[in-house]
Amino acid sequence: MALRLPERVPGLPVLALVLLLLPLFLGNEFHLDIATQIALIAATVVGLNLLVGYGGQVSLGHAAFFGMGAYASAILTGTYGWTSIPALLCGALLVAVLAWTLGRPILRLKGHYLSMATLGMGIIIAIVINNEGWLTGGPDGLAVEPLTVLGAELSIFDHYSLLGLEVSGAMLWYGLAALLLLLAVWIAQNLVDSPIGRALRAVHGSEVAARVVGVDTSHYKLLIFVISAVYASVMGSFYAHYTGFITPQVASFEHSIELITMVVLGGMASTYGVILGAVLLMLLPQLLTDFQDYEMMMFGLILMLTMIFMPKGLLPTLSEAVRRLRPRPATTPASGQE
Amino acid sequence: MFAEFLQYLFSGVTIGATYALVALGFTLVYNASHVINFAQGEFLMIGGMSTVSLLAMGVPLPLAIAMAVALAAVLGVALHKLAIAPARKADVITLIIITIGASIFLRGLAQIIWGKEFHAMPSFSATESVNVLGAVMYTQSLWVLAVAGVLVLLLALFFTRTLMGKAILATSMNPGAARLMGIRTQFVLMLAFMLAAVLGAMAGIMVAPVTLTAYDIGIMLGLKGFVAAAIGGMGSGVGAVVGGLLLGIAEAMTAGYISSDYKDAVAFLLILVILFFMPRGLFGARVAERV
Repeated sequence: MALRLPERVPGLPVLALVLLLLPLFLGNEFHLDIATQIALIAATVVGLNLLVGYGGQVSLGHAAFFGMGAYASAILTGTYGWTSIPALLCGALLVAVLAWTLGRPILRLKGHYLSMATLGMGIIIAIVINNEGWLTGGPDGLAVEPLTVLGAELSIFDHYSLLGLEVSGAMLWYGLAALLLLLAVWIAQNLVDSPIGRALRAVHGSEVAARVVGVDTSHYKLLIFVISAVYASVMGSFYAHYTGFITPQVASFEHSIELITMVVLGGMASTYGVILGAVLLMLLPQLLTDFQDYEMMMFGLILMLTMIFMPKGLLPTLSEAVRRLRPRPATTPASGQE
Repeated sequence: MFAEFLQYLFSGVTIGATYALVALGFTLVYNASHVINFAQGEFLMIGGMSTVSLLAMGVPLPLAIAMAVALAAVLGVALHKLAIAPARKADVITLIIITIGASIFLRGLAQIIWGKEFHAMPSFSATESVNVLGAVMYTQSLWVLAVAGVLVLLLALFFTRTLMGKAILATSMNPGAARLMGIRTQFVLMLAFMLAAVLGAMAGIMVAPVTLTAYDIGIMLGLKGFVAAAIGGMGSGVGAVVGGLLLGIAEAMTAGYISSDYKDAVAFLLILVILFFMPRGLFGARVAERV
């Protein structure tokens, strides 16, 4: 566990610096738009990683929570005229209650039965969103009001003056998404280092052993399930306001699979790894559009090959390689095996 | 009233038999390797689509079916050799992502070869339907049931009467001990993937005249097969068949009497309810976790 420390102390400032400098390298609004979307999704994935990476509990239905947050914001602000923040909080509360209620029976399940149950829960929610057109607009989707904070409207199409500077709405949105990502990482790291995080790592190692030493495993599993669901819901709300238009696709099984793939691809239980996973998985379709018809096939192939050759995920595999390259400091004979 | 019920029952049993075959494929692979193969549904698509293509080229039906099944078998072996075997030490979730990658790859390939549109396959018999007690029964349904029945029977005989079948069972119980007894476990795993692919392809071919076929039918059919396998209890052959039929009938009844919009939700609602009360499915073995 001591190995974790040097990696994460400078991590947050480095991430902040990268996010701060990134706009200088982004040529146009299109790139800025992709960066904003990636930041919002990456924050969702950081939350999912708490459950999957640290807690060792698979969720194949997390997009449902993201979708519920998105639709709660869209419906409450659009149909009922609420302002953004109360709508977001109400959505998060709804998701928390649902995750808590469903999580209790679901998290008793193990292995493939847990995958099956989370998958089933996700698909049912997606089907409801798809079918209840009177509320959600159905398969055609739903337009979403711009984000309003303290009476001010933040739209990507407007320009704002900030401290005497002329800033585009798109740039402000990028800043907001970057801040949200930093906040998500900061909360996640504190959770991981708290008693909750230690209990979860024990559950991941061996649930039975954790229970034997007195960890209330079902309590911690439920807690982290609810926390990661709320992460998804809040980011879903922001995502809905940002894109201005949502379809049931945000809650679909395919989206759930994308989210969990980001976690596994980037590296489970590595907060910066899963951010890398989100970046790559969202950039890949952009890079593959040149292949047109072959896009889907290439995507599947790259996914398969990466996981076969780097089963621990990108960042852990890379940092392992870097550690091997570095000359090893002299160790006592007793600690030869890491 | 009764005719209506019978009608729903016919269509439920037909699609249920298909789910049962997919679930048996899941069960086979799960027993041999403890991998949940999310690419299982793609074999239905490959079976159906390549049969349609071969028929269009003028190949007679029995030969077209044999060729399509052989193609699926080869792909099943390739999936094991190229994707699963190199990663056998990986986490369960990593293996899941690998099979999902494989299914996206196969779907992408199918989209290039066959396009995105639906393809129709003619019914196997010249007479399309017969009248049974006021309900219409499609002759293709009889084909589906007969073929599924024969396959289940053959599989049962294979596992109880042949050395190879017993070797698969032995590997599923304890791979280490099986290897010490001289069973080539890697070959057994390959065989399990091949059989699962064959079962999937047969199901896909049989049901294609009823439901049409397209490059992306594998997702839902695969997931429903997974649900059927989990309803029965992962790893139980009887459970897979019962789970498949139960799911098919429940779906048809919901579509008929409640709402066809929520037909697809039935499978997932059913599995949640069953798992809440019986965390190991209907026929799942009670195993203690080794610490």
